[in-house]
Formats: sequence, structure tokens, C-alpha cells
Amino acid sequence: MSFTKLTRRGLIQTGAVAGAGLALPTYLRAENHAGFTNAPTGSTVTLGFNVPQTGPYAEEGLDELRAQELAVEHLNGGGDGGMMNTFSSKALKGNGILGKKVEYVTGDTQTKSDAARASAKSMIEKDGAVMINGGSSSGVAVAVQDLCQSAGVIFMAGLTHANDTTGKDRKANGFRHFFNAYMSAAALAPVLKNAYGSERRAYHLTADYNWGWTQQESIAAATEAMGWETVENVLTPLASTDFSSYIAPVLNSGADVLVLNHYGGNMVNSLTNAVQFGLLDKEVNGKKFEIVVPLYSELMAAGAGANVQGVIGSMNWNWQLQDEGSKAFTKSFGEKYGRPPSNSAHTCYVQTLLYADAVERAGSFNPCAVVEALEGYEFDGLGNGPTLYRADDHQCFKDVLVMKGAENPTNEYDTLEIVEQTPRAQVEYAPDHPMFAGGDLGKCNPGA
Amino acid sequence: MFGLEKRDTLLLGVVVVLTLFAPFILNPFPADSGLAQFNAGYPDLMQRFVIFGIFAIGFNILFGLTGYLSFGHAAFLGVGSYSAVWMFKLLSYNVVPALVLAVIMAGLFSALIGFISLRRSGIYFSILTLAFAQMSFNLAYSVLTPITNGETGLQIYTSDPQYLQSVDAPSFPNLFGAAMNSSTTLFFGGWTFTFSVGYYFCAIFLILAFYLAIRIFRSPFGMMLRAVKSNQQRMNYTGLNTRPYTLAAFVISGMYAGLAGGLLAAMDPLAGAERMQWTASGEVVLMTILGGAGTLIGPVLGAGFIKYFENIFAKINDNVLHGWFAFMPDGIEDAMVAIIHPFVGKGWHLTLGLLFMLVVIFLPGGLVEGGQRLGRVFRRKDKNAGSVEADAAQRRSEAAE
Amino acid sequence: MDAILLQILNGLDKGSAYALIALGLTLIFGTLGVVNFAHGALFMIGAFCSVTLQRILTLSVETIDETKKDFLGNPLKVKTPYVEQWFGPETGQAIIDWSVPLAILFAIPVMLLIGFIMERGLIKHFYKRPHADQILVTFGLAIVLQEVVKYFYGANPIPTPAPQAFVGSFDFAPLLGLDTSLAYPYWRLVYFGFSTLIIAAVFAFLQFTTFGMVVRAGMADRETVGLLGIDIDRRFTIMFGIAAAVAGLAGVMYAPINSPNYHMGMDFLVLSFVVVVVGGMGSLPGAVLAGFLLGILESLASMNEIKSIIYGIDQIIIYVVAIVILLVRPRGLMGRRGVMEE
Repeated sequence: MSFTKLTRRGLIQTGAVAGAGLALPTYLRAENHAGFTNAPTGSTVTLGFNVPQTGPYAEEGLDELRAQELAVEHLNGGGDGGMMNTFSSKALKGNGILGKKVEYVTGDTQTKSDAARASAKSMIEKDGAVMINGGSSSGVAVAVQDLCQSAGVIFMAGLTHANDTTGKDRKANGFRHFFNAYMSAAALAPVLKNAYGSERRAYHLTADYNWGWTQQESIAAATEAMGWETVENVLTPLASTDFSSYIAPVLNSGADVLVLNHYGGNMVNSLTNAVQFGLLDKEVNGKKFEIVVPLYSELMAAGAGANVQGVIGSMNWNWQLQDEGSKAFTKSFGEKYGRPPSNSAHTCYVQTLLYADAVERAGSFNPCAVVEALEGYEFDGLGNGPTLYRADDHQCFKDVLVMKGAENPTNEYDTLEIVEQTPRAQVEYAPDHPMFAGGDLGKCNPGA
Repeated sequence: MFGLEKRDTLLLGVVVVLTLFAPFILNPFPADSGLAQFNAGYPDLMQRFVIFGIFAIGFNILFGLTGYLSFGHAAFLGVGSYSAVWMFKLLSYNVVPALVLAVIMAGLFSALIGFISLRRSGIYFSILTLAFAQMSFNLAYSVLTPITNGETGLQIYTSDPQYLQSVDAPSFPNLFGAAMNSSTTLFFGGWTFTFSVGYYFCAIFLILAFYLAIRIFRSPFGMMLRAVKSNQQRMNYTGLNTRPYTLAAFVISGMYAGLAGGLLAAMDPLAGAERMQWTASGEVVLMTILGGAGTLIGPVLGAGFIKYFENIFAKINDNVLHGWFAFMPDGIEDAMVAIIHPFVGKGWHLTLGLLFMLVVIFLPGGLVEGGQRLGRVFRRKDKNAGSVEADAAQRRSEAAE
Repeated sequence: MDAILLQILNGLDKGSAYALIALGLTLIFGTLGVVNFAHGALFMIGAFCSVTLQRILTLSVETIDETKKDFLGNPLKVKTPYVEQWFGPETGQAIIDWSVPLAILFAIPVMLLIGFIMERGLIKHFYKRPHADQILVTFGLAIVLQEVVKYFYGANPIPTPAPQAFVGSFDFAPLLGLDTSLAYPYWRLVYFGFSTLIIAAVFAFLQFTTFGMVVRAGMADRETVGLLGIDIDRRFTIMFGIAAAVAGLAGVMYAPINSPNYHMGMDFLVLSFVVVVVGGMGSLPGAVLAGFLLGILESLASMNEIKSIIYGIDQIIIYVVAIVILLVRPRGLMGRRGVMEE
């Protein structure tokens, strides 16, 4: 798609060009000569922002889109520059990428693998996008990552938390800035031990699909290592809206902690139901009953309202962080949209900057050059402290936040408060860790 | 020609011309003009047009002829996709075994479900098929993950055996070496036209599927199915057991769905569970009715209509809108954007819902009827030149009154 | 044993929502012969009546508090709801706290009106069209309704808490002489009671009023009733309004149980059709019975003891029941012979 402004004059020009076109020689081109897919030829480069715009995650998609638009504005030298000023790399100059003005196209993933791939394909085939960014679930991330690998464009994942994205399903053309289930567990375990002691009996409710399983596995392993016992793990169907029948038996099971391995609408409902059943007011085994939500998001916390109070969980990033990068980003996002950014917005913004920076440093849009520039890249100033894009699996390693539902929120945006910033060293793992084994990056694919 | 009557040959000819020249027809605007937003002539969408066209043609053989409204056909499409991807995983990237298995598996699966569901008719049949399809989706999404890879969707890994894959064959679904994702681009002045191998591969199947549908519609078997629709009881009283006929129609349409599923996997080797969800089944119902149930070309038009919306309207964002109205004074520009904003981009569902309602309310015979009404305006005098689809649409209008 | 008891209790509560939705659906089908795919959307609109009233009651004046800062470091705008200004903070808080029960009063006229408009403006023209057309047009309407709600309220769930008085749960165990806990949330008990009340009211209305008698006669034989000089059309419009109100009320009171979102109607749609079919198309007692039955079965199937025997049974139990019933007893549990068996 082109964003050439359609003016009357432009129309006349187009008509004239079209008329001339009839007289022009035509030529055929098999797509095998450009060197890589969608090599930008004109004075612009097109990025594809693929986010859920319909369905249950639409709100999160909207926030991602806001951040992406902001990133484009900053890359083209508009606004206050946001995190570009705090970013450790100074390759970006605010004149687009490699001097080409950044344009973007948007699409709707509908949070369905098929629709997300169709949308990404249309961006690649029709609009000539060189990079796809965004998304709000692991199923979609893995599906689109696979597509980008075979099409020869770069995929900068949005919100995706399953271990598989950079584990079993890792791809050379795909990069994940967001943290994962293993890191959540590693960050949560010590905090949970401090807060609730090392002798606890945990009851897991787990969304019955891939992401839920990997998260449950990670949390169970980490908490058992510090002495907790896993009493029971109950799988709940994805389509559930009312979790009462899964929560009712919890009190009689002898468990004193409930772990909700749910996300999105599932998490809002299961947490609301659990609080309704009065679990947080109960005492079991002489200890106060507690609830843990391993993966938090601001938007979902807002959906659960007062029910999140005192509930511990983890996040990739939060706007309340006080480092220079986070402050700069929150400021420019807040001034433009009148609200603080969510952590999925942060990831999409950062991913867009990281891609642009990698292209600048590599001096080329060629995906293989970009992969080389990003692999093993150490940077700072984009929130979360010093960060590494590991070459072995294209996973970012950085500090992880442990959050807690605020007891007395002062406004509608600080329903969660930061309990601890778990240092990066504590959440690192070997690339061939059993929970991530079986994957193969393969070779970078420039397409064509 | 080809054992068809003259008007059917004409209709087939129209379909052949439309599909073969689709890369031109669907790209009417120069690539760098503002209207290029509405171009649909890129490989992925063109492939979707024909694949869902095949799906809808098959569905119409069941619904259009017998009147049995199945709400579970997406399950057969899903089975076809999973079978095809498994063939890619086990044998090779050659599409022939994949498509064959896709059609066979979908056929078997639909025979099983059809055998049970066809014991009932009317809305009970609809609910039965809906229940089966929802069961398949729920199981595929979680319980059957070893077979379907659940949430992520079944995909091909480098570690898969692929026993028959030769070293020099493309690592993408291909027909004896011709990869489905390869294409050639024609630049013609401001226009770009893309000719994709995958698209033409699917287009040939669409033409064959359409031809077969005409033959079925005009055969004694088709006549029997129509009789089932108009009065099944009378058929039963004359001592005829209609079940074998309806089951045959059900299985045929299931196999069409399997073929569509196999083709989807061949164009893009990943099979997601969502394509089995009840909303996906509902989508093919909408396609068929929107285009004109019981007509030959209607379902293809309906499929194109819905896929066009899903892929083109969803991509129009505010930025694009501002581009369109940039020539207006600022105030009016913002007002225009504000008016159109709710209907495009994230609001494309709203437009689709409104259009459904309008079509169902005012054009009970679907888009085909709309075309006929338009045609009648232009050819008021020539009453004998009835449209090729006149009889089917006529019947439907009568049923609706 | 007490685990099973707990699940039955839970099933009754779940089932009461199913029963209410299915009751409205059956009313529409039984009186008008229309398959209404927009019924789930009416339930959703009901829930958003709660949200809307909560929003209206919390309409606020903004004052700037220099001592506090918002997220950008600017002075915080403090919002004080008008009701607190008018009635004093305590009474005001109490009114806001009770917004969900108050929304019942707000929802009844709104839902009746929506029902009347829907019937007169759209459904009326589809009485003689095929069921497939009815399904399609109401499905289109459902999409439009939910997209409109999404446009105004966003896609995120909106927390709509129950009054403070109903927070917490009631323990049945001492009552039954059990030594374990059998706790159940107060608000869900309220919901169960409320549903029973509505169901009883609808039955009483149809059974004991002249209006109800005419409608029941119309359900049995519309033409004859028309020939007797009774304006059956007007009564059917009112019945549609009542059905919409029943769905809406089910939604209003459901809001505190799960935060309302714009697609909650679609989540219930398939399920409510299964309930109606299992109960028997056109049978009101059947719809209620099937609603409770499926609620209980679903709850029992979610127990780990049962899931360990048949893995994944809770994913498909509803559909298995529907298939078995339709094959063994096609007219449903309490359906009349010959209804919709064409």
C-alpha cells in the first residue's frame, strides 16, 4: 500500500502516468533477482504491524498499534524521540531507516493462526513489508514466525510468553524481546518464597493448550525446587467463561495457594471467580490462602478490577520503572495518547526500534544482515536494564518484574505495583534447557 | 460442449475466463495510486478466493440442493488440512499425495458424521453437525495436540522424516518441482500483476470443481436431491429411501471441503485448529447464502465477497483514511475520517454484519439475484434472454415469499 | 461425596443462567417460530445495562489536587461522582455500590424497548422466510450489536462488582452436618434465587393471565386465534419484548459473576441452542429442565476424578449430551411430537 496523499493534482498525474504506461515497454520479472524479499527500492521502507484488532485481545492490539505508530514517528524524526534518546546505540538519527522514510501497514490477526498468517502474507506480498511486528498470543507468534522464515522477512514478535516461541519453534528470522514462562517462574519463585514461605501446597488451574502447559510446567518446577508441593493440576478448557466448577473444589483439596495459569479473558474470569469464592479470606493449614497469577498484563488487571489486590504475578516491563528509557517512553506515549503504555506496547515499540537500529548498523535491509546484527547484541536504555539478544535462540535476556496488585491504587493506571526487579542473571538458562529443547534455528532466509 | 447444455457451457466459460485472468481483473489500480488499497490481486488473497470458492461450491451441493443446513463443514476442511500437512511431514513436499489423502480422509470423516447426523433433519441436523464440529475443534485445540499440535497449528520441522523428499526438490509444497510460492511479476506502466504458481494450481481445481458441480446439478442424482428438498415425505411414501442420496451429497460436499483444506495447506503448510471452529462453519454458510444458495456461481461470489472484506477492509487504518481525504479542507477531512472510521480497520466486522443484514433483507436470492435485478434494468425489453441462473434464484425467491 | 454435592450446587447455579437464556429463546421460537441468533447479544446488552448504570452513577466532577501527581507527573485530577456531591459521600457510595441491583430497574424498560424495536423493525418481516434466512439475519444483527457495544465500551472486560453486602461466601457444611467446607459465594446464591423467581414469574404470567392464555393459544394455533378477532400480532410483539427482557435481566445480574465483555453473547450462543434442543424445541419447561441438567453435567465433568477416567471430557460433554439426546429422543426431553421435525 502506499501512503502517497491522493490529491486532485496527484490524481491527474496518476492518470497521466497511467496513460503513458500504456505506451511504456512492459517487462516480466521472476522474483529471483532482488537479492532478498521486498528490497526497498524507492525513498521509503514499509513495516508491517500485525496485531489483533477484533476478538478478545483487541484492546491489547490497539495499544500495540499505538506504540508502533509512535515508534514510526520517532524513527522519522517526529515527536520527542522517546527511547531513541536513551538507547545505548546511536545509529538511529531520526531520518528514517538508512535514510528511507518509514511507512507502515496494519492488519488484523484476530488472534487466530490462519488469519494472522493471511494478514502477514498480504503485507509481504501486496505491500512489500520487510518486517512484521506485533501479535498477542504464542500460537499466532509461532505461526507468523514460521511464515516469515519461509517468506524471507524478519519477524519481531510482540507479546508471546510460551517457551516454544524461542524453544522448540525457534526460527532464524524470528526474534523475541518479551520474556517467557521459564523466566516468569525463575523470577517469581524467590519472591513467593519470601512472601509465603517454603512450605506451601499449590493447586494449579491451567488453560488447556500449549502456552498453559509450558507455563504450568515452568512454575511447578521452580516452586517445587524451593520446597512447595503441587497438590493438583487441573486443565480448564479454553472456551470456559465460568470457572466456578474448577474453583469450588480448591478449598477442600488441602492446598493453600492457587496458581492461575490463565491469560486474557480466562485470567480475568478465573481470578474474579476465585475472589468471589472468598479464597483470599480463608485460612488453610494455619496459613492465609494466596493466589498467584504468573503472567500479568495491565489491561487484564484493569478487567479484573479490585480482585487483583494483593495477588502476585510477573511482567516484562511496567511504566512505573524509574530508569531513563522507561521514563522517556512513558512520557512520549502518555503525552500522545493520554494514558501510560502497557507492557505489550513497550515490547512492540522496542522491537521496532531494535529492528531499525540493526538495519542501520548492518547497512542493509537484507534479513541475513539484520540477523547477524541482532545476534549476540548487547544494548541498554530501552527499559529493563542491560539486555542481550542471545544468538543461540534469539531470546532477549533482561531483568524481569515481579508485580503485585496494589492495595490502594491512586488512579486507574497503577492497579499493579512493582515488588521486585529480578536481575537478569537469575532468569538465564542454557539454550538446550529441557523445556526449550528440540528446536533448530535453521539458516536465515533472505527469500527470493 | 463437455456434455453441458449451452447456457451451462457459457457459465463455465465465464468462470474459466474470470479465474484465468484474475491477476488482471483484481488489480485494476496502479500500484502507487491511493486506490491500490483496494487491489486484491496478490497471490495469497487470490488463492483464498478460489479455495474458499471450492469450499462453498461443495457446501452448496449439500445445502443448495437438499436443503440440509450443516453447521459443521469446517471440520472437514480442518481434517483435509491436517492430512495434507501430515503427508508433507512424512513423505515429501509433493502436493499430490497430500491432496489425495486430504480428500480421502475428509470423505471418510464426513461419511461417519453424515451417517449419524442424517438420521435427523431440519434444525436438529444443524445442531448435530454443529455439535460434532465443535467437538472436533475442542479436541484438536487441546486433547489431540500430539496429532494436531494444538494452539500453534501443525507445521513442518526440519527434523521431520520426509521419507520421499529428494535433496534437490524445493523445501516448499510443490508439484513435481514447481513450488507453490514461486511467482512471476509483470510490470506494465504503473501496474504490477503477479502470476503465482499456487494460484493457477488452485484455479484449475476450482474450474474442475465447478464443472463437476454443474454435472451434479444437471444429473438425475441432482434431480433426486432437489426432490428431497421440496418434499422428502412424499419421496419416502413412494417407497424411495432418500438417505443414500443425502449421504452421498453430504460426503461429496465433505470431500470438496477436504480438497479446499488440502489446498490451503499446500499454499501455506501450517494447519491451525481455528479453521475447524463453528464460526468458520458459519462463514461458509454465510458465503453460500450471501452469494445465492442453489445457484451455481453464487457461492463463489459469496466466498470472494467475504474474503475481500476480511483482507482488504481490515487493513484500512486512520492513516490511510487521512491520505484519501487529504485534498479536503482540514475540518471536513477530519469529519470524513471520523464518519468512516467505525466501519473499517478494527471495525470491519461491523460493515460485514450490516451488509449481511442488508443482503438477507433485500436480496433473499443473494448476490446472484442482485445481479439479475441489475440485468433486468438494462435489458427490460428482451424478456426471453433469461439469465443462466434465473431458475434457481427464482425458486429461492418463491421459497422466501 | 461432598465434592459431588458441591458440583451439583455449582451446576444449579451455572444452569440457572443457561435456563434463563434458553427460556427467552424458546419463548421467541414457540410464539413466533423464529430462530433468533441475536439472543446471546440481548444477554450481553443486559450485562452492559449494569455497566452503563454504573458509569452513569459514577459521572464525576473533576477537581485538581496539587498534592498528588498522575503518571506523567502532572497534578492529579480527582474525580468525585455527582451522586456523592448531591447525597453526601456515604449515601452516594452506597448508591454506586448497589448499581447492579439498581440496574434491574434500568434494564427492564431498555430491554423491552429494544425487543419491541427488533420485532417491529426486523423480525416481523421474517416470519414466513426460511429458518436459514432468520438465522442469517439475526446472526448479522448479533454481529452489529456487539460491534456497536465494542465501539463504545472497548474490547476489554469491565469490572462490575456486586454490592459489598454480597461479598464472600456462605458455608453449607454446618447446615448439613458435614465436617468439611461447602462454601458458595453469596452473589451466586442471589443469582440462583433471582433466576428461579424470573422463571416462576414467566410461567405464572403465561398460566394465570388472560394475556398468557391468548399467547399460549396462539402458540398452538395462530391462525384460529387470529380468526377469533384477537390481535395476536400485538401480543407477539409484547412477548418478544418480554423474552428480550428475560435475556437482559439474566445479563444484568450476571455482570458481577464475570466482568462483561462485548463477545460474551457469542460465548453463550451455541450453548443456549444446545440447551433448547435438548429440552425440546418450543417447550418452556423443557428449556428450564435442560438448562439445569446441562449445568450440573458440565460441573460434574470438570471434576478431576472424572477427567482422569475420560481425558478431556469437560471439553465435549455438552456436545456429547446433545448428540445422544438427538439420536435417542429427537424431540428433546419435553418437546411435543412433530415440532420442527420436518
